[in-house]
Amino acid sequence: MKARVHVMLKPGVLDPQGEAVRHALGALGYDTVEGVRQGKVIELDLSETDPDKARKDVDAMCEKLLANTVIESYSVEIS
Amino acid sequence: MRAAVLVFPGSNCDRDMAVALRTAGADVTMVWHKDTNLPEGLDVVAIPGGFSFGDYLRCGAIAGRSPICRSVIDFANRGGFVLGVCNGFQILTETGLLPGALMRNAGLKFVCKSVGLRVETTESAFTSGYAKDQVISIPIAHHDGNYNLSPDDLAALQDQHRIAFRYDANPNGSVDNIAGVLSENRRVLGMMPHPERAVDPAHPSADGQPFFASLLEQMATT
Repeated sequence: MKARVHVMLKPGVLDPQGEAVRHALGALGYDTVEGVRQGKVIELDLSETDPDKARKDVDAMCEKLLANTVIESYSVEIS
Repeated sequence: MRAAVLVFPGSNCDRDMAVALRTAGADVTMVWHKDTNLPEGLDVVAIPGGFSFGDYLRCGAIAGRSPICRSVIDFANRGGFVLGVCNGFQILTETGLLPGALMRNAGLKFVCKSVGLRVETTESAFTSGYAKDQVISIPIAHHDGNYNLSPDDLAALQDQHRIAFRYDANPNGSVDNIAGVLSENRRVLGMMPHPERAVDPAHPSADGQPFFASLLEQMATT
């Protein structure tokens, strides 16, 4: 099965890259954009076939490596 | 004093660090990241600057989980001295030996220049050669030096006088102008500026010399 992990900076942590993207969109005339947050998507191919076990494994991977939980939050989709 | 300098794929300040330590009088061994054990009888581990593992995923994330870093964590927990400079600081936060995280510079640019650093505490082996509030000139060269941590962790650093250095003029958006922090036992130091690039007559500044000299002196007396 596959897992898709979204890693985002936590709310309240300033995202300078997102801010730069917001400015660039504003410069293109998209003045309705009030905020941009930039994150990462990580896709994993798993040999595990049990969705519950897969989710548990990927949660552990996020805690140990894929996200830095000091500044980042994550969410996991299993399919 | 016996020191080890860790080497990761992408480290690029490892030899500078070794030269600075040797010049100050240390016996230095280079240690590859795949090694699982540090040399016996070690006093200090130095984690150098660079771009370990190409900064993939996050700066320091992959190096922080390397085999040698497990030994570094054990070494620090036994009271060993650990110095992390630049990428080494990023790696130390990723291992959890130091609090917080280093994010992309607020100005988004790589900043490479000499900066004024204020010595905030002399109560550590790394900073006892300076005077409190002394301003020293040390180079920085980083893209991700924007130190960030929770308000509670920041208060703890402030209350315990664990902020070792602050920038005179903030180059990267770092919270409370923080350039370097100490662990609770004051034996682990992480800092973005490069003291090893300020020790030689050919360098623009020699303000890094007391840093290494005091470390050596401390080791000689313990």
